Amino acid sequence: MKKDRYSVFSLARNAVNYHQDWAEAWRSPDPAGEYDVIVVGGGGHGLATAYYLASEHNVGRVALLEKGWIGGGNTGRNTTIVRSNYLWDESAHLYEKSLKLWEGLSQELNFNVMFSQRGVMNLGHTLQDMRDIYRRSNANRLNGIDSEILLPGQIKEIVPAMNVSGNTRHPVLGASYQPRGGVARHDAVAWGYARAADSRGVDIIQNCEVTGIRQENGSVRGVETSRGYIGAKKVAVVVAGHASVLAQMGGFRLPVESHPLQALVSEPLKPVLDTVVMSNAVHGYVSQSDKGELVIGAGIDAYTGYGQRGSFSIIEGNVAAIVELFPVFSRVRMLRQWGGIVDVCPDACPIISKTPVNGLYFNCGWGTGGFKATPGSGWVFAHTVANDEPHRLNAAFELDRFYSGALIDEHGAAGVAH
Amino acid sequence: MSGARRLSRGGLIDRSQIIKFRFNGKAYTGHPGDTLASALLAQGVRLFGRSFKYHRPRGVVGAGAEEPNALVQVGEAGYSTPNLRATQVELYDGLSAQTVNGWPSLKHDVGAINSMFSRILPAGFYYKTFMWPRSAWMRYEHFIRKAAGLGRTPELPDPDIYDKRHIHCDILVVGAGPSGLIAALTAARSGARVVLADEQTQFGGSLLCTSSTIGGLRAVDWVKKMVDELRTFSEVKLLNRSTVTGYFDHNFLTINERRTHHLASGDSDPRMSRERLWRVRAGEVVLATGAIERPLVFDGNDLPGVMLSSAVTTYIRRYAVAPGKTGVVFTNNDSGYQAAIDMAWAGMEVIAIVDSRRSPGTSVVKEAEALGIPIYKGHVISSARSGSEGLNRVELSTWCRSTGELTAHKGMIDCQVLALSGGLSPVVHLHSQSGAKPVFDSHVAAFLPGASVQKERSVGACNGTFDLGDCFREGIQGALAAANVRGFSAIGVDIPATDYKQHAPIEALWEVPSNILDGARAKKFVDYQNDTTASDIRLAAREGYRSIEHVKRYTALGFGTDQGKLGNINGLAILAKTLNKEPGDVGTTTFRPNYTPVTFGAIAGRNLGSELFDPVRKTAIHPWHVKRGALFENVGQWKRPWYYPRPGESMLDAVNRECLATRASVGVLDASTLGKIDIQGPDTAEFLNRIYTNGWTNLLPGRCRYGFMLGEDGMVMDDGVTTCIASNHYLMTTTTGGAAAVMGWMERWLQTEWPDLKVYLTSVTDHWSVMSVAGPQSRAVLEAAGCDVELDSQSFPFMSVREGKIGDISSRISRISFSGELAFEISVDANYGMALWQTVMDAGRAYDITPYGTEAMHVLRAEKGYVIVGQDTDGSVTPNDLGMDWIVSKNKDFIGKRSLFRADTIRPNRKQLVGLLTDDPKTVLPEGAQLVNSPQNSRPVPMIGHVSSSYYSASIGRSIALALVKGGRARMGSTIFAQLMDDHIVPAVVVDPVFYDPENERTKS
Amino acid sequence: MLEIECPWCGPRDQDEFSYGGEAHIVRPLSPENLNDREWGDYLFFRDNKKGQHAEQWCHAAGCRRWFNVIRDTVSYRIVSVYRSGDSSSGESP
Repeated sequence: MKKDRYSVFSLARNAVNYHQDWAEAWRSPDPAGEYDVIVVGGGGHGLATAYYLASEHNVGRVALLEKGWIGGGNTGRNTTIVRSNYLWDESAHLYEKSLKLWEGLSQELNFNVMFSQRGVMNLGHTLQDMRDIYRRSNANRLNGIDSEILLPGQIKEIVPAMNVSGNTRHPVLGASYQPRGGVARHDAVAWGYARAADSRGVDIIQNCEVTGIRQENGSVRGVETSRGYIGAKKVAVVVAGHASVLAQMGGFRLPVESHPLQALVSEPLKPVLDTVVMSNAVHGYVSQSDKGELVIGAGIDAYTGYGQRGSFSIIEGNVAAIVELFPVFSRVRMLRQWGGIVDVCPDACPIISKTPVNGLYFNCGWGTGGFKATPGSGWVFAHTVANDEPHRLNAAFELDRFYSGALIDEHGAAGVAH
Repeated sequence: MSGARRLSRGGLIDRSQIIKFRFNGKAYTGHPGDTLASALLAQGVRLFGRSFKYHRPRGVVGAGAEEPNALVQVGEAGYSTPNLRATQVELYDGLSAQTVNGWPSLKHDVGAINSMFSRILPAGFYYKTFMWPRSAWMRYEHFIRKAAGLGRTPELPDPDIYDKRHIHCDILVVGAGPSGLIAALTAARSGARVVLADEQTQFGGSLLCTSSTIGGLRAVDWVKKMVDELRTFSEVKLLNRSTVTGYFDHNFLTINERRTHHLASGDSDPRMSRERLWRVRAGEVVLATGAIERPLVFDGNDLPGVMLSSAVTTYIRRYAVAPGKTGVVFTNNDSGYQAAIDMAWAGMEVIAIVDSRRSPGTSVVKEAEALGIPIYKGHVISSARSGSEGLNRVELSTWCRSTGELTAHKGMIDCQVLALSGGLSPVVHLHSQSGAKPVFDSHVAAFLPGASVQKERSVGACNGTFDLGDCFREGIQGALAAANVRGFSAIGVDIPATDYKQHAPIEALWEVPSNILDGARAKKFVDYQNDTTASDIRLAAREGYRSIEHVKRYTALGFGTDQGKLGNINGLAILAKTLNKEPGDVGTTTFRPNYTPVTFGAIAGRNLGSELFDPVRKTAIHPWHVKRGALFENVGQWKRPWYYPRPGESMLDAVNRECLATRASVGVLDASTLGKIDIQGPDTAEFLNRIYTNGWTNLLPGRCRYGFMLGEDGMVMDDGVTTCIASNHYLMTTTTGGAAAVMGWMERWLQTEWPDLKVYLTSVTDHWSVMSVAGPQSRAVLEAAGCDVELDSQSFPFMSVREGKIGDISSRISRISFSGELAFEISVDANYGMALWQTVMDAGRAYDITPYGTEAMHVLRAEKGYVIVGQDTDGSVTPNDLGMDWIVSKNKDFIGKRSLFRADTIRPNRKQLVGLLTDDPKTVLPEGAQLVNSPQNSRPVPMIGHVSSSYYSASIGRSIALALVKGGRARMGSTIFAQLMDDHIVPAVVVDPVFYDPENERTKS
Repeated sequence: MLEIECPWCGPRDQDEFSYGGEAHIVRPLSPENLNDREWGDYLFFRDNKKGQHAEQWCHAAGCRRWFNVIRDTVSYRIVSVYRSGDSSSGESP
């Protein structure tokens, strides 16, 4: 588990013998018979949970089970937008905690996750959009979250490629702007957490699919897996699109639906877009990766789907929206598209919660916006699992809210659910 | 004339015509039939670009879609197009192209300095550094971004247009090589509707560059015969320059047809689309997508002059270009020999065929030996070296397959061209996109199509069938089977006679061994565009990145614009060897659309711009508003007049004038955009009872009522007035933006939950023009307009409806008011909307009738405390929150009722609608402003609500606002504060939300 | 891109339809007799099945009829289509 710290010096030292001696970023251990906590799901959220269980809560024996390869689900398929400019206090505090963790994550993990605070812009196209933007930005400011309101001329200065002339179908009337928002390298987040968790003794077990959750007297005892039964005092499930499948193993249902969410990239271009631009009314978001690709996404496909595929008409609408906002992108070419499975809650907010089964915890329902929450989600979930009660930052995100009616409706005035 | 390397015979080019073009600023010439790559090769150009990471000089490797290196920016200004492959750019007069990567010039590339540091830049080095100091990443990143990226985004909008077509067919044949052509003809003869699409300019595929004969004809003549016959079928659609790019669910495929790329910008009709996207729903799909040759992996395999052997053949046979004077072939299978034979035919000196196998096929050996070409069996090229113009020498070695080591150095060979054949990879991309899983076949050392999951079958080279005669047989059988499924009995096509060659099997050689430490000096490239080497793959595996997906992401293998068409399988096999697995056990990554990149413009099609991006809805009176100088607000898809400024008026001036005129005399609003749903049937009242929160069973004909709809979650969803026209006939109005959703939602309840109710819904929003005449003089105006309905309050009370005529126009007149004034809402057949408007405006002239827009409408209703759903509500607001318990029936169930009694919805401290009056009557709060109990500098500041509506009210002579405030109704008379974006603090007193005429005397007057 | 066989109009492109989520969730006859938990279950909790899923679709740009579809949520293959009120085997109840 002992590893070299990554640094420019270790790079130079390893260059001497042509990089033959780098340690494994993480081991590939066989599962032990029992653990204190089993984290199910090797996406960013699960890996972060395992890492914080070990690093913040000193849980001794932690295993993370992943049915495929770590970071292979939504972590490796999303458009990597990071921001915290949510409307409601509950969301804003949770995502801001996450953003603060992002700001020191490369150093914390000793792994460059390439968190790039190039700013996130949410465009307004109608008078109601602008009311909502003022409401959200004002709330962000009072919550200690950076937010500015930009007029079309200011938008043009930051994003020269955008068409902000008034004569389009849905003219750009203004935008909210969060300078501390940005993008990160999605794979690196998974790998960085995995390497750091492994260093602290977490067993990361890939190609190990959970097929059942064993309970006795209403308490969890362990999990059945494709590699045999593994006992556990606590089981923390964070499997995004497959949350309902795991819940069924636990004997209950969830208020989530799994939908395809598609994304696409263009061929690489020289730098043309320094900022993340999102538009709800014109329905698309775009940023440019360090490699030069325009990374583009839109909303979910309407139907339930576990296929990691969606319908082409979503792509058509999405690309039209981007070309409408950026007419100079018309001759740019789309390279590749793909899909993930997002688990969507009725109020577009996550569930980070205890469950009807003692010792079984669920973290799900992030919908289209989970990537940005990766560090914060892992941090509060680890707290919830370690203490058997939520942290104050996720107390509002319990399952109970769907019975009491205390939803946190980010669909409404926040508008932007991505 | 067009170049030193142009052959005087052969090829499919038209030597009689000269095409002039420019490359990197220098003038060149070519012929019709050339690609940019072939024309440049013909003129001796070898250097085409720089690689992504190390900026190593690179030449053309391939001759088609697989090309990773020769990427160019073509055209100028708005016509500039980045990242095209020179191997696919058809030459036209005046074409101008630049290399995409190579700054400041291709030959002296500053980025090449990376090459010197390559030792500290292995795969994944980014993740290990650039972390200090904490703030530094963005600075490093700035330079990384500048160095990355390929072509440039055009600086001007695209002047071209794009379109789409939808097509249904029985059989889509993808690829017009030998298997595809014969499959298409077989299918066509059966009578099926057939689409045949091929990415190249001409049909024929590999037959365009073969010297073989088919049925006694030259291959190109046989192709012509086939195409000529295909053209005779009216149900056959032939699409050339058309790439099938995506295979989606339920046999839906996309074809990207390039219609004007090959024309100079002045030569095409500007009305003609540049590209067309075909949306195809195919009954059956026959994939005949061919195969792509793999390079071999050895030190220096990326030098300009190293090419695929199939590309060498293509340049010689199809484009009549000898890519150099001297050539060597390096192969592990029989197909590589063809390049040697073709080079000899082209007059090149073929110095050697180096075959890693000990037992090549007898036919090809005989042919090569007849041409006097030396064959080195059981040898490999262990490295390639360059001079100033790319490749000039290769190193010959012997090797031992069982130990996997080089055994002896056998000397250097001078040569300009090295043709590589590492075996053929079937193009299984579309098969994989369809959801199927390709399987590794060790006999062909490649992935072959697996079991189909959609209605598709693969034939020919993409199925691992490489012999021409076998390809024909498969093509025919595949088409017969597909036709059969579609109910066509096919006659079949005779298999034409072809030359049969005895083939020896390929012996996989995924990487040529080297005798130096892995990662040291040797650069064995697997992915040319991303500079991924064999040692990068091993490094990834050593570091624990062992899933092929991890390796790809860690090393960037396959993430270039060629999407790994050349490198993926070599990389996968090298990984497999590193992990002591078989390639099939490492798996292949799933192929995603697109097969080759597709222009954004083509995907967007015509759905762009102020008219077509999203349909525009205009009322019948719209032209009048335009003429009157109205500014418009987008509400849903509708254009609504926002306000009507007179010359010199500010927005505030205009809105104040419109409000005051309405309150003082009479104003008029175009209300046609409100959603209107005609509801008929004997159970309508019961239906309304379930849909609305209030009771509807006692509404009499000629009366109307305001209603609230909730979602089943109890939150306010929509509102509007519904009129009882007869006991079984009602007309519902909805908000402008909510009309479609309400209609669909009600249909759903009716059809799925209450099919027993006899109720029928029809959307009639566009059938009716509606104008609201509001103000104390509205009655007088209607009378003046010739209204034949008794208008006095006695005979026409508030919230009632009358049918009658205004002038000659049949009208339905409702006494309802959203302004708080005496008001009449007049609905007429939309065809008479403008006439009615004119009539009323003429009649109102004496009363200074004033048209008002949505802004004045908002002010007038806010003065009365009327909410706008979607502005004063946000999906978390109940009727009680709005202080509207009076509209919620206690005596019946309705949608959402149960949700109003949950723990959180009966909580006392919920946000409630209140009015706000700022201490300073001139200060108008920003809409959206956050409210606090006590302003503070420290963060977070606890917030208690927000301002949902806020205006200057000219009628009241001060600012007013509506707000949702925690426990608001208990705060009446207390002061709270808006703490604004700029931390400016505005004190305001909480008041009742009704600011104007609280007794409703004016409305009912 | 699904192709859905509207039971009234025949096979049509997915773009003509709107999706209604899980089918056969019956609205409680007496909501007032349910506790918050039972009402919440009806309101928000779903099977969200991986595999064969009964769901509602509306031929919104066609006959505007709602109907039911059994669809595999992994392969997206449509197993059967039936009118509201009919059972999945296609027979009237």
